[in-house]
Amino acid sequence: MTNAAAEAVQARSLEKSFGEWPVLWDLDLSVPWGETLVLFGANGAGKTTLLRILATHMRADYGSVAVAGYNLRTRPEKARRRIGVVGHRSLLYDDLTCRENLVYYGRLFGLKDHGKRVDDVLEKVRLSSRADHRVRTLSNGMQKRAAIARAILHEPDVLLLDEPEAGLDRESVSILGALLAEWTDTGRSVVMTTHDLDLGLDWGHRAGVLRGGKVNFPDSDSPDSATSDIRQAVADALEAGR
Amino acid sequence: MTGLLGPIMVIVWKDVLLELRSRDLVVSVVVFGLLVVVVFNFALNNTPGRSEELAPGILWAAFAFSAVLAMNRAFVRDQEQGGLEGLLISPVSRDAIFLGKALTSLIFMLLVEAALLPVYAVMLDFSALSWILILTIFLGTLGFAVVGTLFSAIAVQTRSREIMLPVLFFPVLLPVIIAAVEASTRAVGGETFIGLGRWLPLIGVFDALFLVICPWVFGFVVEE
Repeated sequence: MTNAAAEAVQARSLEKSFGEWPVLWDLDLSVPWGETLVLFGANGAGKTTLLRILATHMRADYGSVAVAGYNLRTRPEKARRRIGVVGHRSLLYDDLTCRENLVYYGRLFGLKDHGKRVDDVLEKVRLSSRADHRVRTLSNGMQKRAAIARAILHEPDVLLLDEPEAGLDRESVSILGALLAEWTDTGRSVVMTTHDLDLGLDWGHRAGVLRGGKVNFPDSDSPDSATSDIRQAVADALEAGR
Repeated sequence: MTGLLGPIMVIVWKDVLLELRSRDLVVSVVVFGLLVVVVFNFALNNTPGRSEELAPGILWAAFAFSAVLAMNRAFVRDQEQGGLEGLLISPVSRDAIFLGKALTSLIFMLLVEAALLPVYAVMLDFSALSWILILTIFLGTLGFAVVGTLFSAIAVQTRSREIMLPVLFFPVLLPVIIAAVEASTRAVGGETFIGLGRWLPLIGVFDALFLVICPWVFGFVVEE
């Protein structure tokens, strides 16, 4: 990992509204290299909106965001090369095979040796045996694994995962867990959202709760009290709604 | 330009592969194009003596309606399956995305027209073996593809996309359709390039203008 930026993700005074409806306001966030940040929050708290802004798919109304050192407003194309995204949709074409979809994305990202890289990521998500099957013939869980393969294809420095465990069986969840560990062990970073508290606390180096348009971190000294604080914060957030 | 060419060809490759798999666009547009000509041919009571006068109008009406049908599908698959989002979060410039989609549409429409033109020539009794006519068709179709791609990207984000596209498409393309009909009338009548007057250059200027404007506007259209 050769990124010279001080932080993997840095957001300052971020604001985003949909019409009159504010979703994020005055949000500050920083994610150091080599960390997984897990975000919890009630439905509608703005988790997906935040990830879409970080993925450059949506613009913030106000504030600045930099991913891998690139300001998303001024150098979005540079940033996109360093970001991998897994959202609620696989972003794969049903009538293309897994391999064709990945070759397509590999070529879009300008990978030189995309053939070998496609084989590697398919092996990593255990889809080699279904590589030449059309995406529409795969189960939802397999499609999610193919989407993960797509997201890591270009070896991004920052992975953005929106409820990545949704629809995955136990084996697939463990594949994903191993992948995230590999990502942070090599100095890269992950920002993920989830509703699964145990899984999130297990995978995350740091956990925050999105509530009231901001990311709140429990202010605790020991890991044990941090875990109980975050559980309490999530419970409070869910009870309060947004 | 070389930075643009790679992604453009990748997008074209993907769309051609998808069309080869589904065959839902080219086949349906060819069938539709044939039906339009049959209907106009009878509605306007086209007879051998009137062919030269009526054929270009019928030809371009069929091409324009077929283009709307084709353009309506240009972004549907990308929108429904998330491919457009995939493109937007890739490091490919908005210009390359637009030009890739426009080139795909141009290829599909030219294929459809290549299949329809000989049939039209027989049904409407005119000679399709005129390079001026072929050049007019190419330039007119280029205009359809460029403007249609932009409006298709706008329409696909609305709930009434099938209605929205022709409402946006036809008013802007009216100059191209008029110029194409005029140039084709002269081509079918055996005029030389000089005899075409301003009509062919008019289509060329329109194409050049919208090849600059449309990719620029597209960047704003797809920005969420």
